[in-house]
Amino acid sequence: MPPTDPAPLPLNHTFPPEVVADIQQRAGLGRYQIRGMGARRALPTFDDLLLLTASASRYPLEGYREHCATRTVLGARHAAEPVVLDIPVTIAGMSFGALSAAAKEALGRAASEVGTSTTTGDGGMTAEERAASKTLVYQCLPSRYGFNPDDLRAADAVEIVLGQGAKPGGGGMLLGQKVGPRVAGMRTLPEGVDQRSASRHPDWTGPDDLRIKIEELREATGWRIPIYVKMGATRVGHDVRLAVAAGADVVVVDGMQGGTAATQDMFIEHTGIPTLAAVRLAAEALADLGPAGEVQLIVSGGIRTGADVAKALALGADAVSLGVAPLIALGCNAPSYPGTDGAPVDVTGEYAAMGTAPGYCAGCHTGRCPVGIATQDDRLAGRLDAGLGAEQVANYLRSLVMETAMLARACGKSDVHRLEPEDLVALTVEAAAMARVPLAGTSWIPGWPS
Amino acid sequence: MVTLNQPTVIQPPAPAGPCLDAAELGVRGVNERLRQLPPGSAVTVTSPGGRHNLAVALAAELAVTIDGPAGYYAGGLGQLATVTVHGPAGWGAGENLMSGEVRVRGDASQSAAASAHGGLVVVEGNASLRAGISLKGATLAVAGDAGAFCGFLAQAGTILIGGNAGEALGDSLYEAVIYVAGTIRSLGADAQVEELSAADVATVRDLVRRTGFRHIDPENVTRVGSARQLYHFSGQHHAAY
Repeated sequence: MPPTDPAPLPLNHTFPPEVVADIQQRAGLGRYQIRGMGARRALPTFDDLLLLTASASRYPLEGYREHCATRTVLGARHAAEPVVLDIPVTIAGMSFGALSAAAKEALGRAASEVGTSTTTGDGGMTAEERAASKTLVYQCLPSRYGFNPDDLRAADAVEIVLGQGAKPGGGGMLLGQKVGPRVAGMRTLPEGVDQRSASRHPDWTGPDDLRIKIEELREATGWRIPIYVKMGATRVGHDVRLAVAAGADVVVVDGMQGGTAATQDMFIEHTGIPTLAAVRLAAEALADLGPAGEVQLIVSGGIRTGADVAKALALGADAVSLGVAPLIALGCNAPSYPGTDGAPVDVTGEYAAMGTAPGYCAGCHTGRCPVGIATQDDRLAGRLDAGLGAEQVANYLRSLVMETAMLARACGKSDVHRLEPEDLVALTVEAAAMARVPLAGTSWIPGWPS
Repeated sequence: MVTLNQPTVIQPPAPAGPCLDAAELGVRGVNERLRQLPPGSAVTVTSPGGRHNLAVALAAELAVTIDGPAGYYAGGLGQLATVTVHGPAGWGAGENLMSGEVRVRGDASQSAAASAHGGLVVVEGNASLRAGISLKGATLAVAGDAGAFCGFLAQAGTILIGGNAGEALGDSLYEAVIYVAGTIRSLGADAQVEELSAADVATVRDLVRRTGFRHIDPENVTRVGSARQLYHFSGQHHAAY
């Protein structure tokens, strides 16, 4: 008889090999896993929605010829000078500390080139970032690292951060290898300390206090610039209502796919709700509260393509915010960086030394970023060419906007902001329930009366 | 809160300069007018009525007297100005102060001097919970008692407590230093009592001079600093919090 294949080893679904490896890693380290990036698990996403473009009942705009507006105004509720952007795609808050100064500068230059905003992060505003960014949103975080009235007055908007999608309810983290002299100085911390930021603001708690805090920032800026409130997506309906009642001009809702430079893996994978579910809850909360358009909604967390942007806008967002994707455009997870002669310098070995590979790396927390983005090591940071990086990010953002406008035109819209839930159907029951659009081929929205 | 050591303070001169009526102008009107004043001006805000955000984010050498109780964030985000509250103050008095002085001639509610980077915050009465939280280089002086978690996460600067300190003093302290004239209910995680040096005595003596807290004996205070055992992340520290 010919030899038979050995019987497959029995898989334990409670303790599969990856769980065994994780437990053994914890046993060795004496602590949990910390990493960068966002949720890895498969979640309902905008990919589970489809756009119903034009046919007999709707007619399209000429895809390559007719104008489709992308201008986006944020924060006109109370601010004398609202943020006016050319596109509905913004760059999310990422700190100098988590990122190198050149990376922050590149993001600012890219945002300025395409007419959008970028955002500071935990640790304050750098001069390079301010100079590079035509429109800069200044974050007010629980840690208040580097927060000062001069930078506040120099900002184009303020974003009070209650939380972020990767770790709603948790504070930031910057491990000691990234707390170099400049970062430590800006944050008033000892060099090399494992910085673990506060998760709660030091001088207020609760929505009634938040109203007073917002008023303070308005007074400090002469009621000139908008105040955003950013939250990780958990109890979205309640939280958005409270933020609006507290006086927010713009609400930023960050779904659980939102990225981070360093957070506990358990936090990333097991807290919050997907962006797909959050956007509709937030939009409905805003619609319940008052005149349409009084308070704008920015949605973030796992936005990658123009289709994602179009679907988010259709579900009620006024703009989206991106963090991880622009970093990838900058060169994050690339197998090489451009050398001084322009030739690619292979760094796959450095990824391997970190136990990972290009396309899989989430080692932002280590400070060993092989492409010089998420590091404070001058040798590594020198690998990033801010000019070239800015060009790449600008190219990427332009491609998103072109895709978004293309889809909007195909839906018959002359403004991307006119996309609406009626333009969408869902591929899965779960996505239909979360986005509150019909399952494709039916008129059924799970959980809603027919 | 009971003050065991009643503070003795020097009374400042009577308020001078023109008056801004907060009841008439509202907070926005008061702050707008304060920002229009030339450096060196002195002004009194009347009828504050516990309004929030009075005299915030001033950026000039002004002497502002708030003639009555103030709400949240009195004198917050300030640079160069001297703001004196003749009454109690709400949460976050002098929060994020960069320079200058905020003086509360009464009790201060929670989070006095939160995240203050520079300047001096003086509380002539007692301070409630989390006074000096996240302090980033400023000086906070409390004539009376300070509530729990005073100096929580304080990164740099100096805190002087003329009365007693509540629970968890200096919890998760970084490089800030706390001096307590009275008793300490308990120390927070990573906080420790340290030897008082001649330099410490000189620092406290200077603060007594600047604040007028004559009831404090600079040579008879307890210095609290960070043991620096929690600066680096370790699973072994879980029980410390």
